Amino acid sequence: MEQLGIIERLQSAFGETLGVWHASNSESAYARRMGSFFQVSDPARLLELAFFLRDEPALAFDSLLLLSSVDHGDGSLSVVYHLESTVYRHQIVLKITRPMAQARVPSVTSVWSHANWQEREAWDMMGIRFEGHPDHRRILLEEDYPGHPLRKYFKEPDFYHGMKVPN
Amino acid sequence: MPEILERNIHSHSLLHASAPVHLPDRVEPKRLHTEEMVLNIGPQHPSTHGVLRLEVVLDGEVVVDVIPHIGYLHRCFEKHAENLTYPQVLPYVDRMDYIAAMSGEHGYVTAVERLLYIEVPEKVEYIRVLFAELQRIASHLIAIGTFGMDSGAFTPFLYCFRDRETILEMFEKTCGARFLYNYMWVGGLSHDLHPDVLPMCRDFLKKSRATHQEINDLLTFNHIFVERTAGIGVLDREVAINGGASGPMLRSCGVKWDIRKDDPYSIYDRFEWEVAIGSSDRGEPGDSFNRHWVRMQEWEQSLNIIEQILEQFPRQDATDVQSAIPKRLKPPEGEIYSRTETPRGELGYYIVSNGDVKPWRVKVRSPAFSNLSLLPLLSRGYLVADLIVILGSIDIVLGEVDR
Amino acid sequence: MGFLDHMELPVLPTDKTGEGNVIVTSLDTLFNWSRLSSLWQMSFGLACCAIEMMSTAAAHYDMMRFGVIPRPSPRQSDVIIISGTVTLKMASRVKMLYEQMADPKYVISMGNCSNCGGPYWEYGYHVLRGVDRVIPVDVYIPGCPPRPEALLEGLMKLQEKVRAQGKDIEFTE
Ligand code: SF4
Repeated sequence: MEQLGIIERLQSAFGETLGVWHASNSESAYARRMGSFFQVSDPARLLELAFFLRDEPALAFDSLLLLSSVDHGDGSLSVVYHLESTVYRHQIVLKITRPMAQARVPSVTSVWSHANWQEREAWDMMGIRFEGHPDHRRILLEEDYPGHPLRKYFKEPDFYHGMKVPN
Repeated sequence: MPEILERNIHSHSLLHASAPVHLPDRVEPKRLHTEEMVLNIGPQHPSTHGVLRLEVVLDGEVVVDVIPHIGYLHRCFEKHAENLTYPQVLPYVDRMDYIAAMSGEHGYVTAVERLLYIEVPEKVEYIRVLFAELQRIASHLIAIGTFGMDSGAFTPFLYCFRDRETILEMFEKTCGARFLYNYMWVGGLSHDLHPDVLPMCRDFLKKSRATHQEINDLLTFNHIFVERTAGIGVLDREVAINGGASGPMLRSCGVKWDIRKDDPYSIYDRFEWEVAIGSSDRGEPGDSFNRHWVRMQEWEQSLNIIEQILEQFPRQDATDVQSAIPKRLKPPEGEIYSRTETPRGELGYYIVSNGDVKPWRVKVRSPAFSNLSLLPLLSRGYLVADLIVILGSIDIVLGEVDR
Repeated sequence: MGFLDHMELPVLPTDKTGEGNVIVTSLDTLFNWSRLSSLWQMSFGLACCAIEMMSTAAAHYDMMRFGVIPRPSPRQSDVIIISGTVTLKMASRVKMLYEQMADPKYVISMGNCSNCGGPYWEYGYHVLRGVDRVIPVDVYIPGCPPRPEALLEGLMKLQEKVRAQGKDIEFTE
């Protein structure tokens, strides 16, 4: 299905207020396909939306390619979902933006189990909470590491467990 | 009856709960009282392929659960990428998947070129694909060799490393480095192909086909090896797709999915080759043996691709391989997710650009990370010794898992 | 590189039959010689440099001809080659491994990462800038990655260092 068709399908099921489509205006067809995204406005409906995307026979987004997090530098964080259907070979990108103080979104681990480690990484690196995640721990850094290093204003600690860190 | 035998029968019956266990008539199978035990493997352990730590919960010798602990090699790739300009990121890309550095580079430059919409000369594409395929063979050689070691065969490892040296020699002649190259630049290459490489390649084709046969005889069809790996760590097709498996791990389940064919990049659409998938000739689709078998087949397919490259290679083309490299690399505002097929699976780069010379955010979809996350699922209910085989068959590179 | 080439004391003339040879030497020389000719290495890889270490151990470069045999346990090994980036999470484990080794023990730091942080020197918030911040190092091998030849050279440097142990001879570059 064409990406615009997918969006229409979503909006007819969930209403117009579901989100906004941001189309990329790149010259290359690939960048238009993989660079456009759908900005979901209400995180509370994300889980419902995810189940719909996966289980609706005409959409069949059975694979979560990547879950990433972005710090916009203006006090807001985004979670980005790249989805693909191995049946119809179409892709779509969803994005959710939250202010840093309320950086929590529902976990989609129950929909795509691939999200399990990806969400743990997003929590570790960016400090985004995933509500309902079965194993909400840091994954790459130790539990006692101070801060979330991929935030733009992160400053590395001077000492860590008695080891001097910076040069 | 000695207790140890009784124990074995007990654990056997745990494994194949549905299969009838043939006990001698006199023996009453006694339920042994077992306690769960936690065994720690790694981070320093020869069979974890680097610094991976596994916390294994055991019941006797049966694995009840595995909790992988990663991050011992977290080298902050994504932070570096945000602080460096687009071309400067390349050396770090090399160091991420250090066993297949060329493939990683190919993925990164493809992503940036797609973001910038640069067309690269045909000759450059040919050299890139040639090197990416050679690298695929080199990487699979390591995977096969170490997998042999994990399942108790040391000799194939030496054979594999011998062949890998030939490939590294070709790379070294061309770009001067043995295995971290910084060779593919955005829009071009750092050096033209060394004139010796094409003849060496032709030589290598012949030799490598022979080695392929040799490894098949030595390892793949070796009865002990098949017994050791077939039916171990079976991954279900749906679970694999839902869990984000890719590369040989996904194809071994019988899914014909290869980015080179299904979302083609570079010039892969010009070659004739087959996507290797797992079969049920030996073992069953999705088991450790088939993951190995897919790698063996891919090795052969890569040789086929290289053969066609040698035929089609534009020898007369005197284009400067650096002619399309932009003087100033400043992509427009926007974002892209670009993916390529590395020996381990789908390597994706999600790049967000804010119109600066440095990327705003680079996130890597690392195939080894996603594949490793399925390990607990694969290994529950098998023996500890099988756990090592399963881990070896996933073929992880810790540099890429932890980034 | 034979033992006899490095005798300090004159070797007594031997009889023609080869029986009843006597070698006079100091105990130190004998110990050092045996130590340096069987430097058992802990098979312990950290990052990309470990692949070069594997290449060195494989058939093409063959590290075993120097008596360097990989041992999987720290308690059986004499030398630990830190081959790769030491991260903050790994540093305490590296230290523990080093502490578990029996004396005499030696450390080779292979590659820029373990020498000083290497390419991760500037922005690596999770990288230890040099393994010598946690354990003492005997030989540093520069390179990213060092070639197998460089690793062999480093091993030979370590052998020289061991040979000079407990003697007045200064170890020179
Ligand atoms: S010195 Fe270079 S090759 Fe060695 S571990 Fe560090 S980055 Fe990798």
